[in-house]
Amino acid sequence: MGVVFYLISAVAVGGALAAILLKNLVHAALALTLAFLGLAFLFLRLDAQFAGFAQILVYVGAVAILVVFAILLTRGSELPKEGVFSKTWLIGLVIAAAVFAVLGWAVLQAAPWLSHDTSAPAVTVNDIGNALMGRYVLPLEIVAVLLTAAMLGAVIVAMHEKEKTK
Amino acid sequence: MIASPLAGYLLVAALIFAIGLAGALARRNAIMVLIGIELMLNAANLNLIAFWRYGPHPELLTGMMFAIFSIAVAAAEAAVGLGLVISIYRHARTTDLEQMNRMKG
Repeated sequence: MGVVFYLISAVAVGGALAAILLKNLVHAALALTLAFLGLAFLFLRLDAQFAGFAQILVYVGAVAILVVFAILLTRGSELPKEGVFSKTWLIGLVIAAAVFAVLGWAVLQAAPWLSHDTSAPAVTVNDIGNALMGRYVLPLEIVAVLLTAAMLGAVIVAMHEKEKTK
Repeated sequence: MIASPLAGYLLVAALIFAIGLAGALARRNAIMVLIGIELMLNAANLNLIAFWRYGPHPELLTGMMFAIFSIAVAAAEAAVGLGLVISIYRHARTTDLEQMNRMKG
């Protein structure tokens, strides 16, 4: 395990906690970026270089900026007077705690049987490219179509009201 | 401490998933709910990568590919979700989920 794992995990979990708890939405988005970065470093520590850098490019680069844009476009940085948490926040917290208890219990129960093999897999980006173009070419094409459709859909959904008010 | 490194990663993923779930359920703002969902998706990706790394056949790249496709789908989800939030904000002038109690325009 090592100290590095605990440090990176602390950054990821701390960023996630701060993202959920901070009242100012812009601060929350910045904390979310920190959580994404921590997760990317966890991916890198798991010898998944491609996924780690994809995580940095997609989440830290694109999704975080998208979230900040949405916050600024909706004037979400102003604090609501009713508070940032919903009326039923306690129920949500209980459900989340119950989910964590079940998952944590399951992991700890299974821990003695989990793999201890720490030899790094010999997988290069070349192998990933070959797999994407060979065995996984159909999912890749479907994801390409999905991304195109989603981007078109997002633009149409976000533009629709504007035409009517003009 | 925890014996297997895989168990450590799984516990971190479970913790981040629970934090994301709590955020999605407890916040009023629609953007914060989307942030919670993103955190949950990321925790699932961490699980996939950890199982790929410590699984019996990492050279088959199954978990890795699942995580990469999951990242791509999550990006599409974020774009559509935030587009919807902006559209609703234009219409109702609010992103407070407790005031969004009807789907009719």
